[in-house]
Amino acid sequence: MSTFLGLPRRRTVPDDAAPFGDVPHPDDPLRWGETFPDAARAALANTQLRTNLGHATSTIRAKRALVVDEVPDWEALRDAGSAIKTDVMARLPELLTELERNVTARGGVVHWARDADEANRIVADLVKATGETEVVKVKSMATQEIGLNEALAAEGIAAVETDLAELIVQLADDMPSHILVPAIHRNRAEIREIFLQRMGDVPADLTDAPRELAMAARAHLRRKFLSAKVAISGANFGVVDTGTLAVVESEGNGRMCLTLPETLITVMGIEKLVPTYADLEVFLQLLPRSSTGERMNPYTSLWTGVTPGDGPQAFHLVLLDNGRTDVLADEVGRAALHCIRCSACLNVCPVYERVGGHAYGSVYPGPIGAILTPQLTKSSAGGGGRHDDPNSALPYASTLCGACYDVCPVKIDIPSILVELRAREVDADREGRPTGWGAAMKAASFVMRDERRFELAEKAAVLGRLAGGRDGRVSRLPFPGSRWTSSRDLPVPARQSFRSWWAEDHDGPTHNEPPHDGPPHDEDDAR
Amino acid sequence: MSARDEVLARVRAALSGDGKAGAAAPSAAQPARTYRTASEHAPGSATALEILVDRLEDYKAHVHRASGDDEVARVVGDLLADARSVVVPPRLPAGWTDALGAGTVVVQDSREDPRSALELDEVDAVVTAARVAIADTGTIVLDGEPDQGRRAISLVPDLHVCVVRAEQVVHTVPEGVRLLAAYPGRPQTWISGPSATSDIELSRVEGVHGPRTLHVVLVG
Ligand code: SF4
Repeated sequence: MSTFLGLPRRRTVPDDAAPFGDVPHPDDPLRWGETFPDAARAALANTQLRTNLGHATSTIRAKRALVVDEVPDWEALRDAGSAIKTDVMARLPELLTELERNVTARGGVVHWARDADEANRIVADLVKATGETEVVKVKSMATQEIGLNEALAAEGIAAVETDLAELIVQLADDMPSHILVPAIHRNRAEIREIFLQRMGDVPADLTDAPRELAMAARAHLRRKFLSAKVAISGANFGVVDTGTLAVVESEGNGRMCLTLPETLITVMGIEKLVPTYADLEVFLQLLPRSSTGERMNPYTSLWTGVTPGDGPQAFHLVLLDNGRTDVLADEVGRAALHCIRCSACLNVCPVYERVGGHAYGSVYPGPIGAILTPQLTKSSAGGGGRHDDPNSALPYASTLCGACYDVCPVKIDIPSILVELRAREVDADREGRPTGWGAAMKAASFVMRDERRFELAEKAAVLGRLAGGRDGRVSRLPFPGSRWTSSRDLPVPARQSFRSWWAEDHDGPTHNEPPHDGPPHDEDDAR
Repeated sequence: MSARDEVLARVRAALSGDGKAGAAAPSAAQPARTYRTASEHAPGSATALEILVDRLEDYKAHVHRASGDDEVARVVGDLLADARSVVVPPRLPAGWTDALGAGTVVVQDSREDPRSALELDEVDAVVTAARVAIADTGTIVLDGEPDQGRRAISLVPDLHVCVVRAEQVVHTVPEGVRLLAAYPGRPQTWISGPSATSDIELSRVEGVHGPRTLHVVLVG
């Protein structure tokens, strides 16, 4: 990528060596890089990235399908997961205060943070109070989202990532590109190179065998685990009726952080609640099979406040808003808060597979990122955002093929939310811009260069045309549960338009496509 | 306004529809639970055990069978023949470590008298009991009671021998959760095979930070 909105800053590694990636740490983990279409175009040119991603996502898709198929009541579990999350949102105020009560009763201390800065401030002060200057960290999306590591570095506190993929990203001074496997864009040869240059204590004859690389990470982190006094984690679930927190992991780095240090600080989004302990029976079935494609992940830790004589004797829970209440206020968009961060929707998304996670310019990439990021940052025009906000293009990072909805363990209807966010953009266009052209451009502008991607785009375009009325506007789209209404319409995409729009906008007029001033309306298509 | 009050006020406002046209509150209906909460395979049944063994082995745990406590001692002795030291929780059932070789030091650990992480790092192995095992997912749950010990002892040593009684084996996750729900406040560790990572090209590597070897001894 060539331009960045965020300035590189506060590197966690010495500045003398050039970073491995082309993605320096941005100021805003939810808004960096170019707009999606531009970033996607650059990513499409990176064949190594596409090969790495294609390999990784096809592997995980196959594993997931296998273990989901062996569960006879999978759909009933999804229904329950969805209903429990809907119930959580409806009762969020009482559930939050009940959780606070139960955590406090067990010796934990609960803190509240309105936004990223406040959360970072709270955590930094808690660490400083211990006198420590190094902390170990369990991979957590919430702390990625608030840029905690960078904020701690500014206060002289080194945060050591202990999840293997997160460690790879940290050592390479890179940004995560996947919510479960942050280094999914790296292959074994690149990882070996990163370890050799950055880890400091690796054997010189290190090969690129995954086992050897994992053992190098084990040796590197062991001493840190055994001597760490403070750990920072996220949480997969906060159980309201007992005050129990849950972290789901594989490597044992989570257990190390949650068990050995004296002080544990957990940062959790306010939406992560489940009402009762028994609800874990639903989510601990849905999550592992959807995320790593395992029947159960190797380790799950559950803890309730402080247990005398076992584990950290000081426990702090930071409850984070940071835009979540804005999402909650949106009747359609609030379902994005049901997300349990399994990453299944990323792994099946044809757009994600081609362009990778960095193109989304947010720590939340893929289909969930396309609906969550613009809402968290109030970027969509309907949310009062500005058109030139790069995040306003994110709802267009989809072919609306529906695969994300099919795999989502809590049945978030991502396609319908995407359509709703796009519609609002179009509504805003009416007021601020001459035509729906700008929005239509966004929809078309990352169109695929390879066969399959183009096919999918075609499919979406055809659907659009089928639903279009005589006036060339779409008034109703055939998506399940679509909230599209006749008062919100989009220009009908024409069959030939995608390639020519792409060419027009990005490479100048090419081939025999005539230049045009707006969405071309094929006579046939308007019928 | 404190951060707490402000966040809670924002949540209430979001749900009341203030400031957002037509943002009706989501309904608070009781979630329907039509998924399996029981199983045709009773706890400890031959089928439940068979499924557990299959799943454990699939994720590279080693399974051993023992008919009673005497045999547990023999199996544990065999497994730890080369161990220089083994840490045990304060109330491991009597006899399980009786057949350890003379050269194996038994290290005691308890909440009242805990070994440090660095001390545990010098120990070769750990022997614990378990609270419940879930066949469907190949999961063993420890809840920190005196026959299982502090979480640290089953984490730091590189080899974990976990003894599970047949009657502790349930078929499904909901059955397991309902048993654990009796004491939800206990610190729990759910273990499904040895530690593993799939972070390099999504290919699974067993044995990272947690014990790299997991032996499960099934009794009965
Ligand atoms: S939106 Fe659904 S599929 Fe995607 S990460 Fe969240 S829970 Fe998983």
